[in-house]
Amino acid sequence: VEIVTALYFGGILRYDPRRPDWPDRDRFVLSKGHGVPVQYAAMAEAGYFPVSELDTLRKIDSRLQGHPVYWSVPGIEASTGSLGQGLSIGLGMALAARLDGKDYRVFVLLGDGECQEGQVWEAAMSAGHHRPANLVAIVDYNKYQLDGAVADILDLDPLAEKWRAMRWNVREIDGHDLPQILSALEWAVEHGPACIIAHTVKGKGVSFMEGENAYHGVAPTEEELARALAELESALPRAELSIEREAAQYREEGR
Amino acid sequence: MKALFPGLTLGKATRDAYGEALRDLGREHEDIVVLDADLAKSTKSATFGEEFPDRFFNVGIQEANMVGMAGGFASCGKVPFISSFACFVILKGFDQLRMAVAYPHLNIKVAGSHGGISPGEDGASQQSVEDVALACSLPGFVVCVPSDEFQMRAAVRAAYHHRGPVYLRLGRPKVPRVYEKEPADFAFGRATLLREGRDATVIANGLMVAAAVVAHERLAEEGIHVRVLDMATVKPLDEEAIRLAALETGAIVTAEEHLVHGGLGARVAQAAARLHPVPMEFVGLDDTYAESGDPESLLRKYGLTADHIIAAVRRVLERRRDGAS
Repeated sequence: VEIVTALYFGGILRYDPRRPDWPDRDRFVLSKGHGVPVQYAAMAEAGYFPVSELDTLRKIDSRLQGHPVYWSVPGIEASTGSLGQGLSIGLGMALAARLDGKDYRVFVLLGDGECQEGQVWEAAMSAGHHRPANLVAIVDYNKYQLDGAVADILDLDPLAEKWRAMRWNVREIDGHDLPQILSALEWAVEHGPACIIAHTVKGKGVSFMEGENAYHGVAPTEEELARALAELESALPRAELSIEREAAQYREEGR
Repeated sequence: MKALFPGLTLGKATRDAYGEALRDLGREHEDIVVLDADLAKSTKSATFGEEFPDRFFNVGIQEANMVGMAGGFASCGKVPFISSFACFVILKGFDQLRMAVAYPHLNIKVAGSHGGISPGEDGASQQSVEDVALACSLPGFVVCVPSDEFQMRAAVRAAYHHRGPVYLRLGRPKVPRVYEKEPADFAFGRATLLREGRDATVIANGLMVAAAVVAHERLAEEGIHVRVLDMATVKPLDEEAIRLAALETGAIVTAEEHLVHGGLGARVAQAAARLHPVPMEFVGLDDTYAESGDPESLLRKYGLTADHIIAAVRRVLERRRDGAS
């Protein structure tokens, strides 16, 4: 959430919701496609579509598919959901920019478990060779995958060394610390191809979800949702994000 | 190979025609980018690469990444032509063809060289007998198996002008000329009537079109006149040509350098079953891989010659006489 927030609202991504097909826009590819609800929320907040449309998520006839679908809503730049593919797509975008003499940047957000896919390393090696300066990869390193801990199933460490060996510039940060994220992104766009390894905690900010893998890919119950929203709300600065408004509306409507 | 096609002139390999046509298109269209996975000298995409090194990416031996990169290029307005051996680009890149090409319906052209078993001596791991079935299974893909150098040139041009994903199958060996020049009326989804006949129809593509032409001439000597349709486009099919073939000739034989399930034969049968069922026979590989050998010996051993088409025509005519359907 913090990474996507930094991209959309931290002055990093250059975009215009009124002109989603602006040729010079920065591209954001959510390679860990299962995280798309966060992107939809950010995009709605940014003005790509009405916030009320978020309620249609994953329902029949909705533009908001369960995983990202290329241009299902303007601003979704790639179809993902089969893990491992986003970095290749981002690399193609970055090289297209170079061919056209354009200066747009490409940001690809990967999952940690996703880095077990061979194609990620094909793309990493390829980018290390072609050296697109406008390509940034961010790894959401929350240490868990569907069946358990990454370290138990197929350990990625030393992850930073792997990216460095592929000739990427690498920084490791606390992926929940907005100033750290923003400064890393600002550094990355000057040092591409650059990889930011964002150490995160699954379920951060919700006491009963933090580091608890039982919530991976599982929706909370109504009661858990109410508790989670209350905890998140209490942690937020006043009126900063609409999640607060949404939570209030949610309670009023009694759903 | 020449012995298999008496009366026909050997022309270029379709892969050579692909490389030249791509280079020529590149001179007209700045938006073409070409990617290959370290087989550019074999697929002949190197012909483009030599003239346009800035728009040519040899990505190395990584087909999955190549297909994904093409998705990125296409979403930024480029028209990528990507190539490797058919078995590698289609099979190793299949999920990427699904996610980065078919599902977003991007404007990407996929060229699979060394289609069929005629690549020969390298053996079954380098031959490709499943690619057409797999490509046809991807929603929105045009799938085309040109028969000779001239039709290949027309198909490459058509692929550029078609907006959406296209799979072109290229062949390794020199193949007989079926056409005299680049056919001006070539279009995806339109079969070409090569020989007229009313006793049965042979529907073929790729290398098997030349075999069908040879079969036509030999059968004519004994008074059997078969219609020959070049069904280069396996998807979308020319259903009207199939309906007329069934209606007017009453029997259909398909011929393809591919497994008989999932490719041209299966798709023609599906169309005929709906439009006008008639007895059918299928020339192709029956649930098997081939092996190493020279192309001619392989085509003979695995049942992909004019002789095999003629035998299939006799079978289908016999079944029709017996009232089978």
